Amino acid sequence: MKKICFYFQVHQPMRLKTYRFFDISKDHNYFDEEANRRIMRKVADKCYLPMNQLLLDLIHQYKGEFKVSFSISGTAMDQFEMYAQDVLDSFKRLADTGCVEFLAETYAHSLSALKSPEEFKKQVERQAKKIEQLFGQKPKVFRNTELIYSNHIGWMVNQMGYKTMVTEGADKVLDWRSPNYMYQNEHVPELKLLLKNYKLSDDIAFRFSQSSWDAWPLTADKYVDWLNSISWTEEIVNLFMDYETFGEHQWHETGIFDFMYHLPRLVLERSEFKFCTPSEAADQLQVRGSLSIDNPISWADLERDLSAWLGNHIQDDAFDSLYRLEEKVKRIKDADLQRDWLYLQTSDHFYYMCTKFFSDGDVHKYFNHYNTPYEAFINYMNVLTDFEERVNKHVAALDAKPKASAKVKEAVKAKVAVKSTPKAKVVLVKAKAKPAKKTVKPKAKVVVKAKTVVKAKPKAAPKAKVVAKTKAKPTKAAKKKK
Amino acid sequence: MKKKRLRVLMFGWEFPPQISGGLGTACYGLVSGLIQHNVDVLFVVPKLYGKEDKDKFRFVDANQVAVNFDHPSFNENLKKISYLEINSRIVPYVSPEEFAIAQESTFSDVKIDNTAKTLQYTFTGKYGADLIKEVQQYAMVAMQIARDNDFDVIHAHDWLTYQAGIVAKEISGKPLVVHVHATEFDRSGEHVNQDVYNIERAGFQAADTIIAVSRLTRRILIDRYGIPPHKVVVVHNAVVPRSKVIYKKENLLDKQIVTFLGRITFQKGPDYFVEAAKKVLDQLPDVHFVMAGHGDMYLKLVERVAELRMSSRFHFTGFLNSAETDKMYGMTNVYVMPSVSEPFGITPLEAMRSGVPVIISNQSGVAEVLKYVIKVDFWDTNILADSICGLLNYPKISKTLAEEGYKEVDGLKWEYAALRVKEVYQETLKQLK
Repeated sequence: MKKICFYFQVHQPMRLKTYRFFDISKDHNYFDEEANRRIMRKVADKCYLPMNQLLLDLIHQYKGEFKVSFSISGTAMDQFEMYAQDVLDSFKRLADTGCVEFLAETYAHSLSALKSPEEFKKQVERQAKKIEQLFGQKPKVFRNTELIYSNHIGWMVNQMGYKTMVTEGADKVLDWRSPNYMYQNEHVPELKLLLKNYKLSDDIAFRFSQSSWDAWPLTADKYVDWLNSISWTEEIVNLFMDYETFGEHQWHETGIFDFMYHLPRLVLERSEFKFCTPSEAADQLQVRGSLSIDNPISWADLERDLSAWLGNHIQDDAFDSLYRLEEKVKRIKDADLQRDWLYLQTSDHFYYMCTKFFSDGDVHKYFNHYNTPYEAFINYMNVLTDFEERVNKHVAALDAKPKASAKVKEAVKAKVAVKSTPKAKVVLVKAKAKPAKKTVKPKAKVVVKAKTVVKAKPKAAPKAKVVAKTKAKPTKAAKKKK
Repeated sequence: MKKKRLRVLMFGWEFPPQISGGLGTACYGLVSGLIQHNVDVLFVVPKLYGKEDKDKFRFVDANQVAVNFDHPSFNENLKKISYLEINSRIVPYVSPEEFAIAQESTFSDVKIDNTAKTLQYTFTGKYGADLIKEVQQYAMVAMQIARDNDFDVIHAHDWLTYQAGIVAKEISGKPLVVHVHATEFDRSGEHVNQDVYNIERAGFQAADTIIAVSRLTRRILIDRYGIPPHKVVVVHNAVVPRSKVIYKKENLLDKQIVTFLGRITFQKGPDYFVEAAKKVLDQLPDVHFVMAGHGDMYLKLVERVAELRMSSRFHFTGFLNSAETDKMYGMTNVYVMPSVSEPFGITPLEAMRSGVPVIISNQSGVAEVLKYVIKVDFWDTNILADSICGLLNYPKISKTLAEEGYKEVDGLKWEYAALRVKEVYQETLKQLK
C-alpha cells in the first residue's frame, strides 16, 4: 500500500514599509501594516478560508481517510492574530479533526540555520511552542525554511529532538534514486528524511494553469493515472507545496479547487494510495537509503540551492550585517526589539534582493513588491541601520547600569555556581552515553565552513594592502592651510 | 552727460526656481549682480514655468515667440542651424528619472500660422531625448528675438544656447560673449559627443570673448578646442548670499557622517569616495558615509559598497530635494567633492555655508578660489581617506575650516563676479570700435 503525503507551507513575511535614510533614528516602526493587512486579507479570502473549508469538508467526507499537514511560520501566525482571526479559527477546526499534522519550522521563516545554531534553535522552539499553544499539538516533524537542508542542518535538527525532517528531492543529490522512498541522514541515522516529489508537486503548484503545458488541462483523473503509473516498488509520494497555490498562485478560475475536491475520491477509489501525515509515514515506512548532503539544498528555482537568498554581494552584506548584531541582541530583553529582530530575519527580505533574473525571474517578480533588488536592499539597510542604533543604545544602557550592584550579582552568580554543580555532572554522564553524535559533528561543521570560504570572494584583498596608515595626524594639505 | 545703460540679450536654458543643475543658479546670481551694476538684462529661456521673479528680471519665453519666416535672413541663417542631425540622443545633465520622462514626452512642436507667415515652437526646457531639436528651434526663435529687441551685447550660457547666440550676432551685428560653465570633456570624459563638441567649438569661434568659470576650464578651451588664449577670460562663480543656517541633526545623532552629494556620474568621482570610505572604515569602523544623488553609476556603486561589506555604514539616499539637501548638510561632519573634472563646483560652497568642513579635488575650478578647504587629487584615495580621518579625529581643524570657510564663502559675492563680467562687456565693445 502506497502513501501520499501532503504538506502545505503557510507563510507571510512582515513586509517592510518604504523606509528612507532620513527615517533612521526617528522612526522605529519598520513594517508596512497597511500592505501586510491588505495582502493577508486578500490571501485569506482567496486561499486560506476557502481551501481550509474544502479540506475540512473532505476530511469529514472521507472519515479519517484524507489527511494533510501544514507548516505555518511564526510571522504568518502573528499576522493571523493581527489581521485574520477567522483564518486562525479555521486552522483550529482543521486541527481538531485529528487528520491534520502541524510541522515545526523557524519562527521567522529565517535562514538562521545557515548562520547561527543558537538562533536557529531558539526560533524553532518558539514556533513549536506557538503551534502547541494555538493548535494543541506538539510538532514532531521538522521542515526548514524553503526546505533548506544539509548534513549539518539535519544534525542540528536531530539534536533538538526531531526524528523526521522533510526536504527537497533534488536531482543533484538523488541522482538515479527515486524520491518515493524514505531516506535517512547518512551521518545521523536516527533522522528520517521525506523527500518532495518535485515533478508531481510542481504539476499542481506551478504547471496547473499553464496552457502551453502539453498535459494541460490537468484533471484529477489524469493525475491519478500518473500516480498509478509509478513503479509498484515505490512507497510514498510526497506532495509539498506552498499553500497559497490554492486560489492565490493558481486562481479559483483555473479549477484548482475542483481538482482538489475530486482528487481524494479518485485516489481512494481508483488507486492503491492512502493519504498519510509525515509522522505516520515515518512510523510506518522503512528507511530504504541514506543521503549525505554537504552543500545545502532547497526547493527554490532551477538550482535547488541557496542562490535565491544568498550569494550576491548585496544579499551577503545585508545578511552578515544582520547577524553581526546577534550577540548584542541576545543580551536585550526589550520585547519590541526582539520582535523586530525576528521579523528582520525572514528569508523574503533577502529573496527581494536576488539579482538572478534570467532563469527564474518570473517567479521572483511575482513575489517581489520592490522595483529592483537594489531598492529592496537599500530599504532593508536603512531599517537595519536604525535597528543597530537601537541595539547599541540598549547595550550601552545595560553596560552602564549596574556598576553598584555588580557585587550583588557576583554573589548571586557564586550561589548559582554552587547549586548547579550536581546538574553539570548529570549532563556529563549523558554526553558520555551518546558518543556517536559527537563524532559526526565536526565533519559536518567543516563542510559548512568550507562553503563560506568559497563565497568570500578575494576581490577586496589586494586593495586592502594599499591602505595608507591613516594615522591620527593632519594631512599635508591640512597643514598647508594653517 | 549721463552714461547710457548697457543692454544685454542673454540666452540661458533654465532659471530658478525651475532648475536641474548649477547652470540656472549661476544665471540667477549673475543677472542679479548685473542689475546691481545698472546693466539691463533681457533673459531668454526655452520655457517659463510661472514661478520666476518677473518683478526683478525681464524674461523672454521662447514658447511665446512667433517667428516670422518671411524675413529674408531667415533661410540663410536656418542653414547654419540645421546641419545637425535631428534626433541624436544627447542627454547632458540628466538624471535617469528625468531621462525616462523625456523619453515618454512626445515633442510636439510647431504651430504654423500661414496668413501671418509665422511659426511658433513649443519647448519643454528639459534635457530630454529631443534636446538637439529644441536647441535648433531655440536658435530659430533667437533670430526673431534679435530682430525685435535693442541691445549692445549678446551673452550665451553653455552649448545649448550657443547657436542662438551665433544667429543673434549674425542678425544684429552685436558682439557675442559666450559663457562656459562646462565643456563636453567635463561631462563625458574622453567619450565626447561629436555634435555637442562641434556646437561648442562653433560657439567659441564665433564669440568675441569667452568667459570660463575657472582657469581649469580656460585650459580645456585652449588645449582641447584650439581657442587662442587671449580670447578667454576667467570669471569665477560666486554664491547667492544666504544667512547662515545650521540645521539640527536628527538622524544618527551620535555618529560622524561623511557626505558625497551630487550626480553619481563619472565626472563627480563617486567611485573614489567609495574606495576612500573603505579605507576610513578600516581605521574608524563607526563612521557613516552617505552618498546622496542619482546617476548612471548608482547601481554599480551600491554593488561595490556591498562587495566591500560596508553597507551598514554606507548609505544611499537617492535624489534629495532642497530641504533634504539642507538637512543632509546639517548632519554632515565632512563634505567631500572628489570630482574628476569640475569646471567650477558649487556644492562645496553650499556645504561651507552650512558650516561644514570640506574636502575637494584639485581637479575642480572651485579649488582655485578657496583657501579654507582640504584639497586632494581625486585619484589619491589614500590621501583622501587620510584627510577624512584627520578631520574626524581632530575637531580643532574641522572647527577652523568650518568657521573660516564660512567667512570665505561669504566673500564670494555675485556682485563682484558680475562687475567683472560688466568689464568684459565693456572691453569687448571697446575692441570692436
